[in-house]
Amino acid sequence: MSKPVIATTSLAGCFGCHMSILDIDERILQLIELVEFNKSPVDDIKTFTKPVDIGIIEGGCCNSENVEVLRSFRKNCKILISLGECAIMGGLPALRNGIPVEECLHEAYIGGPTVQLNKEHILPNDDELPMLLDRVYPCHEVVKIDYFLPGCPPRADLIWDALVALITGDPMKLPYEVVKFD
Amino acid sequence: MANLIKFKIDGRECMAEAGTYIVEAARQNGIFIPTLCNMKGLHPKGACRICTVRINGRLMTSCTTPVTDGIEIESESADITELRKSIIELLFVSGNHFCPSCEKSGNCELQALGYLYQMMVPRYPYDFPLKDVDASSPKIIKDQNRCILCKRCIKSIKDENGRSFFAFHSRGNHLEVVLDEELAANMTDELAELAMNNCPVGSILVKEKGFATPIGKRKFDNQPIGSEIEG
Repeated sequence: MSKPVIATTSLAGCFGCHMSILDIDERILQLIELVEFNKSPVDDIKTFTKPVDIGIIEGGCCNSENVEVLRSFRKNCKILISLGECAIMGGLPALRNGIPVEECLHEAYIGGPTVQLNKEHILPNDDELPMLLDRVYPCHEVVKIDYFLPGCPPRADLIWDALVALITGDPMKLPYEVVKFD
Repeated sequence: MANLIKFKIDGRECMAEAGTYIVEAARQNGIFIPTLCNMKGLHPKGACRICTVRINGRLMTSCTTPVTDGIEIESESADITELRKSIIELLFVSGNHFCPSCEKSGNCELQALGYLYQMMVPRYPYDFPLKDVDASSPKIIKDQNRCILCKRCIKSIKDENGRSFFAFHSRGNHLEVVLDEELAANMTDELAELAMNNCPVGSILVKEKGFATPIGKRKFDNQPIGSEIEG
């Protein structure tokens, strides 16, 4: 039987959840025995090259590119996991929710106390740049998500246990110390 | 002790003085029933419903219901646990509870109940309401994003003349707990500390006190809420 295939991505996140994946330490050697990585920053594969069993999503959706990537993950992965607070509830980027986008852009590029060089008051407007959404969306409000692993970042043991449980089909233990929201 | 009566919680034989509220009677018998609006020493009001139990087929708040002789109380059945979990989820989505950036994280009762009921994600959509932070008083910060309107501060933080430092303001969806500017100007350090500790969430913070305890050593990092009662 071929190894289960894993893909990961970071949307509106800080890559802290990916750091926590690496925080499984030497178990990463076991992990590459157990699974094969496809599209992921871990191996730098940029596009899906085969059907994926488990897709791991870090970060919520703050712009059009995030939505596109998330939808491509849903299309290519059998199981999707929201990893961390940002994927689950928007996290710190969602602090802007409730504030109009125009006001956020104005604060960041024109009126903010540390903005000095932007004398022509230009807002980023290149066609190549993804459009900001009206607010930051949790992943499960955009596509169907199968499992949720909370934490900021989720503890390495939680990620490890979840992956092992999914691969082996055994139930997850979820000890008290590993399920945290911070 | 006068007038001890017998009753049962989830089939367990318990004893308490007649008239004791169920939450307190359970606590005396080593059984934890979660509370948010209720607090030891305060008059109960049964607002948050997290302490809901079933008696004779009816759901009642155990903080406002006294024990009577021979009653059988159902507290930890699957459907009541599910009901309590859904209340926690509703509280999480109706405010802005950003645990990763909250000073109260690890010491927060709402968060601890989320852990207890293993809330991985709320089943309801997030509301993201736009709320204010009032940092104008010298001692404390009142963050409306996190307030669950439990009224603990209103009932417990008073000056020597019995005047509350906090009060309800506005109504309905706009209801919030505000701080009395004049009283707050002369708030003692002890009272500010008490207000922060009585707040079940991170809505009342003493200035320059945040993140004092490292992760791993905070109140609910290693022990679930209620474990001090259940032992």
